[in-house]
Amino acid sequence: MSINGKAYIMGAYEHPTRKAPDKSLTQLHAEVAKGAIEDAGLTKNDIDGYFCAGDAPGMFYAMGMADYMGLKLRHIDGTDTGGSSYMIHAAHAAMAIAMGKCNVALVTLAGRPRSEGQGVGTTARAPSAPIAEAGFEYPYNPALASMYAMCATRHMHEFGTTSEQLAWIKVAASHHAQHNPNAMLRDVVTVEDVVNSPMITTPLHRLDCCVISDGGGALIITRPEIAKSLNRPKVKILGGGEAIKHQNGGEFDLTFSGAAISGPAAFAEAGVTPKDIQYASIYDSFTITVLIQLEDLGFCEKGKGGAFVSDGNLISGVGKLPFNTDGGGLCNNHPANRGGMTKVIEAVRQLRGEAHPKVQVPDCHLALAHGTGGILGTRHGSGTLIMERE
Amino acid sequence: MAEERIIPAPPVNPESKPYWDACAEGKLLVKHCTACGKAHHYPRTMCPFCFSDKTEFRPAKGTGEIYSFSVVKRGPPIPYAIAYVTLAEGPKMMTNIVDCDLDSIKVGQKVKLVFKPVEDGSTQMPMFTPA
Repeated sequence: MSINGKAYIMGAYEHPTRKAPDKSLTQLHAEVAKGAIEDAGLTKNDIDGYFCAGDAPGMFYAMGMADYMGLKLRHIDGTDTGGSSYMIHAAHAAMAIAMGKCNVALVTLAGRPRSEGQGVGTTARAPSAPIAEAGFEYPYNPALASMYAMCATRHMHEFGTTSEQLAWIKVAASHHAQHNPNAMLRDVVTVEDVVNSPMITTPLHRLDCCVISDGGGALIITRPEIAKSLNRPKVKILGGGEAIKHQNGGEFDLTFSGAAISGPAAFAEAGVTPKDIQYASIYDSFTITVLIQLEDLGFCEKGKGGAFVSDGNLISGVGKLPFNTDGGGLCNNHPANRGGMTKVIEAVRQLRGEAHPKVQVPDCHLALAHGTGGILGTRHGSGTLIMERE
Repeated sequence: MAEERIIPAPPVNPESKPYWDACAEGKLLVKHCTACGKAHHYPRTMCPFCFSDKTEFRPAKGTGEIYSFSVVKRGPPIPYAIAYVTLAEGPKMMTNIVDCDLDSIKVGQKVKLVFKPVEDGSTQMPMFTPA
C-alpha cells in the first residue's frame, strides 16, 4: 500500500493578513477554509474529512471547529506535531482517501501571535507539572531560539559552518520576498546585513530568525475522480514521511533532524530522488533549521550545507535549488508560529505555475515541502511531502 | 561574572521527586538501568532504551563536558548560557553554564557541577561551571 497517486491537492489558500487584531482565531480558520474551498471550486458540504492541529480553537480543536463551521464529517484527524502538522495532515488525508474514509479533506491552520504580543523566540513557556521533561528544562530558561542556536553551535563546531553561510539562507528568502506584496519583510538584505544584525542567542542574529505574524492557510485534498471534475491544475501527492526526533534518553546528535527519517521515507514512496526536485519549501523558523534539513533530506551531504546554501544557490533563477519563493517564514509570514501550511501552499503555487512570475520555476512539475515542528534542539516532529503536477 | 538570573522552581511530580529532593541536598542523581546497563537523563521509571522497570538512581560524579551551548543576549533581562553537558555517566543533560565569562564558553570545555537555589527555595538546580 502507498499513498502515491491516491489523492490530489485541489484547493490552497493563504490568508493575506499578517496582523489581525480585529478577527477572532476561529474566524481566521473559517476564512482560510472558505478560501481553499472556493479555490477548489467545491462547497462546504462536500467536505467529509477535517484535519487540524492545536492551533485550532474550541473544544479539542476539530470538535470546536466542526461546530463553528457546521461541518458534517466522517473522518477526523487532530495530529499535532507543531509546525510540521500540515505536511503530515496532507499525507494522512491521502491515506484516509485511499482507504475510502473520506472524499474531500479540509486542512486548516491559523493563528494571531502577533496581535497577542507573544515573545515567542526569547521567552521560555511555563510548563504544567504533568509534562515529564518540564522540571528538567524550564528552570534553565530554554528560550525557543536558543534551542535552535545550540544546533547551530554544534554544527559549526563539527563542520566549520559559518554565520556568513547561514546568512545566505536569509538573503535568498529576502530576494524572493521582495516580489510578495503580502510579505512582512520585503527589503533585500545582504550577508553583511544579517551578520551585523543584533545577536539574539549565539550564534543566531536577529535576521537569522523568522517573523512573528498572524494569518493562516488551508488545503483541500480530494480523491482522483473528484480532482478530474474540477477546473484547477491537479497537484498529485506522491509520497509522505513523518518522524519524531527527541532527546533519546540523553543520547542524541544536534546536527541531525527528523528529516533524516521522514525525508527518505517520502522519497521512497514517491519513487524520486532529491536531485529530481525542482522546487523545495523548507521550514525556516531559523536559518539553521533550513541548513540542517537540506542536509538530512539529501540535497547535499551532512556537514556540507554551509557550502550548498552559499552564493545564492537557493535563489530562484540563480541557484540550483529554489526554496521558499514566497519569502518563507524568514521574510513573509509564520502564522500561529507554525510554518508548515504556507510551505505546502507555496509548493502548490509553484506546481500550478501560479507563483510570482519573478520567482516561478520554469515548468515546475516536482516539488517537496518539509516541516520541523516543535523544537529542533529538544524534540520535534518532521513531515515531508512530495507532490507532482499532473 | 554575570549577574545571577532568578531561577523558577521546577514542577515536581511523584516520579521526579527523589531527584529534586537530592538536588535540595546538593546531590545530582543519574538514572541507571540494571537490565541493560545504560544510564539516561531526564530520569524515568522505565528505561527509554530497553523499557525495563529495573532502574535506579545513583549519585553522579558531577563532571562533564560542554556538548553545545548558546548565550542568550536578548529577551531576558540578564544574559545567560543554556547548554547541553555530556555527563561523565554518558547522557547529555540540559543545564546552564554559570559563574564564568559567558563569552569565553567553548564546545568541548570540561565542566564541574554547582547548584543554584530556585526562587521559592524548594530545591536547587544542577548547573555547571568551567572545571
